[in-house]
Amino acid sequence: MSWSPYDLNGGTCIAIGGEGYCIVAASTRLSTGFSILTADKSMILPVNSKCLIASAGFDGDRSQLHKVLTFRSENYEHFHKKPMSCPAMAQMLGNTLYYKRFFPYYTFNLCAGLDDQGLGCVYTYDAIGSHERVGYSCQGSGKDLVQPVLDNQLKAPSILELPPKVAVTSLSKDEAIETVKIAFSAASERDIYTGDAVEIFVMTPEHGVQKEILPLRRD
Amino acid sequence: MIPHCQLPSHIATGPHVSPFVSSPSHAGRAEDLHVPSSGSSAPFSVAPSADHAEASAGAEPRKHTTYPYVTGNSVLAIKYKDGVLMAADMLGAYGSTKRYKSVQRILRVNDTTIVGASGEISDFQYISNLLDELMTQDFCYDDGCTMTPKEVHAYLCRVMYNRRNKMDPLWNSLVVAGVDKTSGSFVGSVGMLGTSYTDSHVATSFGNHLSRPLFREFQRDDMSLEEAVSLMQEALRVLFYRDKTSINKYVLAKVESSGVAISKPFALDTKWDLKAFVNPSKHAVGSW
Amino acid sequence: MASSGCLVSEQKPNGFDFDLCKRNAWLEKQGLQTLKPWSTGTTICGVVYKDGVVLGADTRSTAGETVADKNCEKIHYMAPNIYCCGAGTAADTENVTGMISSQLELHRFRTNRESRVVTSLTLLKSHLFRYQGYISAALVLGGVDCKGPHLFTVFPHGSTDALPFCTMGSGSLNAMAVYESGYKEDMSKAEAMELTKRAIRAGIFNDLGSGSNVDLCVITSEGAEYLRNVDMPNPRTFTAVPKPFARGTTPVLKSKELRVPSLESRVTIESQEGDVATAMDTT
Repeated sequence: MSWSPYDLNGGTCIAIGGEGYCIVAASTRLSTGFSILTADKSMILPVNSKCLIASAGFDGDRSQLHKVLTFRSENYEHFHKKPMSCPAMAQMLGNTLYYKRFFPYYTFNLCAGLDDQGLGCVYTYDAIGSHERVGYSCQGSGKDLVQPVLDNQLKAPSILELPPKVAVTSLSKDEAIETVKIAFSAASERDIYTGDAVEIFVMTPEHGVQKEILPLRRD
Repeated sequence: MIPHCQLPSHIATGPHVSPFVSSPSHAGRAEDLHVPSSGSSAPFSVAPSADHAEASAGAEPRKHTTYPYVTGNSVLAIKYKDGVLMAADMLGAYGSTKRYKSVQRILRVNDTTIVGASGEISDFQYISNLLDELMTQDFCYDDGCTMTPKEVHAYLCRVMYNRRNKMDPLWNSLVVAGVDKTSGSFVGSVGMLGTSYTDSHVATSFGNHLSRPLFREFQRDDMSLEEAVSLMQEALRVLFYRDKTSINKYVLAKVESSGVAISKPFALDTKWDLKAFVNPSKHAVGSW
Repeated sequence: MASSGCLVSEQKPNGFDFDLCKRNAWLEKQGLQTLKPWSTGTTICGVVYKDGVVLGADTRSTAGETVADKNCEKIHYMAPNIYCCGAGTAADTENVTGMISSQLELHRFRTNRESRVVTSLTLLKSHLFRYQGYISAALVLGGVDCKGPHLFTVFPHGSTDALPFCTMGSGSLNAMAVYESGYKEDMSKAEAMELTKRAIRAGIFNDLGSGSNVDLCVITSEGAEYLRNVDMPNPRTFTAVPKPFARGTTPVLKSKELRVPSLESRVTIESQEGDVATAMDTT
């Protein structure tokens, strides 16, 4: 028996950027092996009024990463007297992850919010900081099930089209929220690590960040 | 926060400087006190440490805890109407030998918090020292505040995660329970990798499989103390029946806003003479 | 005696040959990706009560971390008075119970007597023991015969236990917690069913390998009642039909019209009935 500093605690997260809104959603089950540790642990960090970060993967690293990011974001606010913008936060998250290139944070992140034009923006990462701005993305144990649903439903312009178009979906906010709910209820049917509940954060310029909870299967 | 965490490393090289080191025997573990032991403070320093030098000279590198020696098993904790309840048996097992039978694995931290531990007993004793020193520090501030269960939990999460980062884990699963004047009851857990959670009920190791199904079915945050105690006893009894490294000698602790109470060791009633168990294959003769 | 060495080399070795198992283990060590069979990461259990036996099972079947079947059947028919719950590799549990079940049927034809639970136990354990644990079937066997109600567990290597209550599969500890705390002597049928249902639910809600619904099977001297999906505690929490895509969602980049000439003008259909009849005659 060899000891490993890593574990996988399951869970799925989705982020969708639209025109004038951004949605970040994540399941709340924390598991190890075949056991459920708790049905109610958030994996979303509301960094500030402009940015949310969702991290799937190993819980210990997630706690540490979220602490570091909170600290740096607060520091930034004290220095610059304004909240960090989502693109700035996205770059910092990438740097933070790459700083541990050879002992990585085993977390799979989404950084999402509104940019300075009020357009939803989503950044998707690997565990060591490679990232890309996209229109929508998902991470975690259910991503193989959910990503094709998003690709099919979100009607975002193809990234192969020229000239390139803005990558946000043309769906309205309510339609996008419904798509997120469909995706999670479907993922909880087939992915054993996704279940119990999903937290859905919706960010708009008018109402700030609002949170909704949808119960999922508990088996 | 705790001052020693912010001590520049060059001040903390001698063991006598650290407020936590009380005897020379601790000197070798100075780095456990979260102070870098090497003189260099550069984050990317790759100067070979003494360990690497040893390894290259053909000697074995320093061995970390790769498996536990003396272990304690499940710790259970649940919330009830007026506070929290925690229970654990008193066995310190050496492998599968029932070696020590009076090991207290529940620790009173302060008037509002208790900590229970499963896993390596020596690591828990080290954690007990850390908590003791933390409370001394808390007392010395003399600011009229004491650490809440949530704060103790957060502290232990950092200690556990820090040691896993050093690839030298404290081989424990810890349960923190208590009552906070403002936010009410608290039950939380942290494992040896730093995986942590809070819930209305918590169980470590085998208890996660055998006791939590009962907790998920019967525990309610508004249950009375009597109900909570009988649920806890039932969970302990099931553990005793099915966990081979457990003994029928328990300690039960409760925290209410009035303070901490830890029981004397006690045993549970058990039943081993169910008639169906006497010879279940009596009427099924013919096989082997 | 010197010549006997020659004779032995001609002789085929008796018994089973596990060379392929060794080869597979070696290939796996070399990095071969082995296939991921459906398994029934499972909660199964059974209890003997006053007049009979109650068997229970969840209905989730998994392939790794994904659910392969949300409502599979894990309580297998052995004989009219004997049923068997299976945990482990789905193919193994289905086939081992099926094979033994057909042997029991033949035995009943031959003897004109009701099958006994020990008979099926003995057949199962001998079969599994021969295969040295390579058939991953962990079973809970229950039934009622002329000697009364019986409950057994069978492990993949062929060892067995006779018990008043037992559980198997990845959720066995969760179910056992319920049995240990709720078992009473001489339970009624309703009590035994309720307890077993709770044990399976414990597996469903606490073990990620188990899920979906509860199946029960109650066997008494009157016969067996197979109660499929007696409890369905996991309804879908959100349903919505995704809106259909509007016509034109897929852009038409270019189009070309092809005129297809009508069939009759080109093809003359020549059918000779006699030829067709000859072709189909396979006598």
